[in-house]
Amino acid sequence: MRTFPIGGIHPSDNKKWSKDMAIEVMELPDEVAIPMIQHIGAPAIPIVAKGDKVLTGQLIAQASGFVSANIHSPISGTVKAVDIFPNGQGLHRQMIVITREGDEWVESIDRSKELKRECSLTPAEIIAKIKDAGVVGMGGATFPTHVKLSIPDGQKAEILIINGVECEPYLTSDYRTMLERGEELLTGVEILMRALRVERAVIGVENNKPDAVAHLRELIAKGNYRGIEVMALKTRYPQGGEKQLIAAITGRQVAPPPALPISVGAVVCNASTSVAVYEAVQKNKPLIERVVTITGKDIAHPSNYLLRFGVSFKSLIAKAGGLPEGDVKVLNGGPMMGRSVVAIDAPIIKGCSGVTIISGAEAERGKEQACIKCAKCVSVCPMGLEPYLLAKLARKQLWDRAEEHNTIDCIECGCCSYTCPSSLPLLDYIRIGKQTVMGNIRARAIKK
Amino acid sequence: MNALLLTVLTLSVLGGILAVILYFVAQRFKVEEDPRIDDVEKMLPGANCGGCGFAGCRSMAEALVKRDDISTLYCPVAGGKTMVDIAGYLGKTTQEKGPQVATMLCGGTCQKRPKVNHYDGAKSCAVVNTLYVGESACAFGCLGYGDCVASCQFGAITMNPETGLVEIDPDKCTACGACVKACPKALIELRKKWPKNRAIYVACRSKSRGAVVMKACKAGCIGCGKCEKACPFGAITIDNNLAYIDPEKCKLCRKCVNECPTGAIHIANMEPLPKEPKPSAEKAEQKA
Repeated sequence: MRTFPIGGIHPSDNKKWSKDMAIEVMELPDEVAIPMIQHIGAPAIPIVAKGDKVLTGQLIAQASGFVSANIHSPISGTVKAVDIFPNGQGLHRQMIVITREGDEWVESIDRSKELKRECSLTPAEIIAKIKDAGVVGMGGATFPTHVKLSIPDGQKAEILIINGVECEPYLTSDYRTMLERGEELLTGVEILMRALRVERAVIGVENNKPDAVAHLRELIAKGNYRGIEVMALKTRYPQGGEKQLIAAITGRQVAPPPALPISVGAVVCNASTSVAVYEAVQKNKPLIERVVTITGKDIAHPSNYLLRFGVSFKSLIAKAGGLPEGDVKVLNGGPMMGRSVVAIDAPIIKGCSGVTIISGAEAERGKEQACIKCAKCVSVCPMGLEPYLLAKLARKQLWDRAEEHNTIDCIECGCCSYTCPSSLPLLDYIRIGKQTVMGNIRARAIKK
Repeated sequence: MNALLLTVLTLSVLGGILAVILYFVAQRFKVEEDPRIDDVEKMLPGANCGGCGFAGCRSMAEALVKRDDISTLYCPVAGGKTMVDIAGYLGKTTQEKGPQVATMLCGGTCQKRPKVNHYDGAKSCAVVNTLYVGESACAFGCLGYGDCVASCQFGAITMNPETGLVEIDPDKCTACGACVKACPKALIELRKKWPKNRAIYVACRSKSRGAVVMKACKAGCIGCGKCEKACPFGAITIDNNLAYIDPEKCKLCRKCVNECPTGAIHIANMEPLPKEPKPSAEKAEQKA
């Protein structure tokens, strides 16, 4: 069974709590806060003001620049404020707050449930529709999908890879999407193939989800989806990393930055993104809702909810039975890549695939001890870096040497910190090294 | 015996020949260096702190000697007097800059700014700043992991465990600016140094609206503007919900201090004005 060539870990997947819970539709929130940064790139610019009436699916903020994304109102009602509010990390961000009145949708959106497979649009039209709908990568990195699909001149896509790996422990939103919305997903893949002009698409799924693999294969055979295959991959974190997944499926290695996956002819999209693309192109529905897993060992009702963006972490947690007693860690995402949420009043946004509640002793980090040079971090690094060294260089602020040792190749998967027997916060330091070095590189480029 | 003599002789002759060769080589490849660089280096403090922007005192001395216009060069450790002396020695001109001192502009102690979460990652302000807002709800306040303490080469910055804030010793501070660069929240400012280390400054950098500040911290500036009105010298400006006292215009009159409803204006080494100054009433009583 295939997997990526170097590094990686295999933590306990802990998907058992929420994996058998069918997607539930969460009731509409009375108030939502919509941040203008929900994607990588420039923040969107609000085009509504306080007091404006908006409909569900109406454009409320316009993308600014090429790498940016439109933002639509997830509910209908009145704009209460356009101001600065803290996000999940407590950082101040511009947001549009909307109070709900009923649920009236923009007329052009097709809300029927039936599958619409025929698509006769040209690739440019498809990309334009995706752009208008504000679709971004829903695996967590939130890279605007229309940018990904716009292949630079002189390069050609050969294969579309759909990321149904969901290697992050605990999370099950992609898994449930594959099981329950398989046909929409596959139609989305067909549309993406059409947009990219490729003949072949591979859906990568880890073999800890055999039913998803079997279900998708059955749908492909039944619905006669041409050129799409499902590949079961050996379970290993971080297989969902773009470069790791390309290596696992095609055996090709993407060169270090600034090279992009397209340099080896591959384009990678997340499974949930594929459903969003289907809805955007076939149903004219912008990205205003997604499936979010709420899970954790001590949570009363872990489950998967289809919710509108802007719902607060607090209301989702309340829905799942509230926070357990004592100190807990609320994570936006899973335990490996997730970011701690310190303001649970903050809204859930496009990149949030799950909310994981870690409680008790598991929420605490181990006591930091000296590095014993065991090189465990080196052997698990999927990018072939030396995490102990990069962390040390960042700690000593030796940015030039950190750059020489390719710190910007780090994908921040956290395998090094996970495996370190001395509980060193390796990734914390590597991250500042990476940010500083990237800043230095940009500064040099501007100088030139 | 012969062997010993031979060895001594051989080595002595060899040494002599090599010394002569070395002498001529040294003459041939001699690097002409301005002797004034050495002198200027001696006049500089020799702390090699990098506060001037150069790698050390030697590079600063080279720059001082080589450049025609030295008015932009400044050694914060030596101060304006030394710079004028150096300029005089080199026959150049520069303006005397007043002494400065690093000032920490956050008054959010543990008591006034409660912690709302617990952080157990890497103990570094820079790391925390990449991750999230910090342990309090204020997005602008001191994170308290002491990156500035580590950056100070003069031992002027210490962490006060009671308040959770760093304290800067103005006597030890040389205003080299290392801490200003180290603080990811840009909380440290080089301000004018008054005699007896007196100072008045707004100990807050929060640009949030008043209500947001009040929620996060009881010692923050809410941008009410009372101090701006009270200042007779126009030294205080309010920008983005935040008051700022211009150290060049401030005359330490202390009228703003009692006006501040949250106590965000700190004074150092001075007594505040009496709380409720009613000079007219008091005078009337005295007369009576």
